[in-house]
Amino acid sequence: MAKRVMLIEDEPNIIEAISFILSREGLDVETHADGTTANDRLRARVPDLVILDVMLPGKSGYDILRELREDTATAGVPVLMLTARGQSRDREMAERSGVSAYMTKPFSNAEMLGQVRDLLASAV
Amino acid sequence: MARDTLTGSRIRERRIILEMKQTELAQEAGISASYLNLIEHNRRRIGGKLLLDLADILGVEPSVLTEGAEAALIASLRVAALHARESGAEVDRLDEFAGRFPGWARLLADGQARIETLERSVEALSDRLAHDPHLADALHEMLSTVTSIRSTASILAEPGELDPEWRRRFHRNIHEDSARLAETSRAIASYLEAEDKAASESGTPQEEVDKLLEAADYHIAALDAGEGPEAVAAQLGAQLSAAARGLLVRSFTRYARDAAAMPLGKVLDAVVGTGTDPLALAQRFGTDPAQAMRRLATLPPNAPCGQVGLAICDASGVFTYRKPLPDFPIPRFGADCPLWPLFAALSRPMSVLSRALQSAGRQGGAVTAIAFAQPSGPPQINREPVFEAHMMIAPGMSRAGESAEEVGVTCRICPRRECPARREPSLLGDPIAG
Repeated sequence: MAKRVMLIEDEPNIIEAISFILSREGLDVETHADGTTANDRLRARVPDLVILDVMLPGKSGYDILRELREDTATAGVPVLMLTARGQSRDREMAERSGVSAYMTKPFSNAEMLGQVRDLLASAV
Repeated sequence: MARDTLTGSRIRERRIILEMKQTELAQEAGISASYLNLIEHNRRRIGGKLLLDLADILGVEPSVLTEGAEAALIASLRVAALHARESGAEVDRLDEFAGRFPGWARLLADGQARIETLERSVEALSDRLAHDPHLADALHEMLSTVTSIRSTASILAEPGELDPEWRRRFHRNIHEDSARLAETSRAIASYLEAEDKAASESGTPQEEVDKLLEAADYHIAALDAGEGPEAVAAQLGAQLSAAARGLLVRSFTRYARDAAAMPLGKVLDAVVGTGTDPLALAQRFGTDPAQAMRRLATLPPNAPCGQVGLAICDASGVFTYRKPLPDFPIPRFGADCPLWPLFAALSRPMSVLSRALQSAGRQGGAVTAIAFAQPSGPPQINREPVFEAHMMIAPGMSRAGESAEEVGVTCRICPRRECPARREPSLLGDPIAG
């Protein structure tokens, strides 16, 4: 059965490119562009991996991550965070919120795919 | 106190720097220790051969002892030395250097001031990059678009066939993103270009205003003549950044209000009797002490009471007005001495504090500082008042026999030992008091 990845990102063209790459890997990709709706879906059907943008309409990536870690049903889900802010304090904030891995935009497809594979493998 | 009456203080200062005992110096100069003591306390004036002998023994030019060097100049040179410790600059001979080579000393001090201004500009620009929400949003937008283009272009560049429908969609996406990237880049460039160049050259808007006021000797004749503050600010501040012009209008509005309450002609007549006493002046005109201090600081340079300095700070200690005196510099960037009564006044609002101050490490240049803090605006229901403090600085000591407290300009160049307010070690190597 295909592993499920939830991509929470508000840039439609990034969603399209990442969805294409992950689907080609045989992963089942569900996408959300809004932080609030994503949170509800996360609880309804827990994915194997979450790829999460920081700046989102409705709710920030940090808030989603905190709520996800506080819920026992989703606390163990690996989360790969994508951000356009590479400053050390942003990284620290993500780590404090319980991120599994962190990538700064712009990243290459190969880097992103490598991180996804590693996180899915470590979650087994 | 005039500078040439402080020769004895400078002899004492120089002797202490050289770690000479009074008796040793007296013996070498062929005078009694008690006579030297009177000289060092400025109770005997000296000149002629004895001055030449003492200068020779102390290793300085006689003019260094008779004229000294401006405290502000010395302070700038100390800061320059701090920034280049590896140069091995002879900090203990600053007075001598400034006295013998005043032109070179000013050149070095001006260079130091320029460096500080540029460092401040870099700091302001870095701060803007980190915290400006408009710029942060634009950069975020740009990085997201670049990410999209990079990811999509990589897919298209991969070897092998791509489904025609996906190929069409990715081409369209790249086209859209490239247009978006061009627009964002243009917006960022326009935003940065719109920033006033004067601001980046002069540092903060407050510094721009400080420079303008300094160039005008802190006296704006047009405002005393009754011209409107906005019109005068527009005329004098045409070269300033928009933010600095806003501050200038605020400053001139206050100036005009003070001038209306205390007209120039009447104040000039009054100070013949009151001197630089802000309380006496305030009583005469029925104003508050802060207003009188501001009025004294904005009198023409040839006012009969002489020049006074003035520092105004907000409740966080940041200067909103600074008029230094030659013997009492006021740092530009707020790393000032916590011992100044300006800051004590903030904790004792509505009390007038008066202190005799002396620059630590220098025997001359005692000043009288009068400080007063009050709410910066009218009372408002259920709102905490926001205080600001004024500190007026007048040369000399107002009460005979008063002992002056040693204060610094900033900790980095202050030699005062075991200072309870020290926050960082001095260039002169004093440890932080435990």
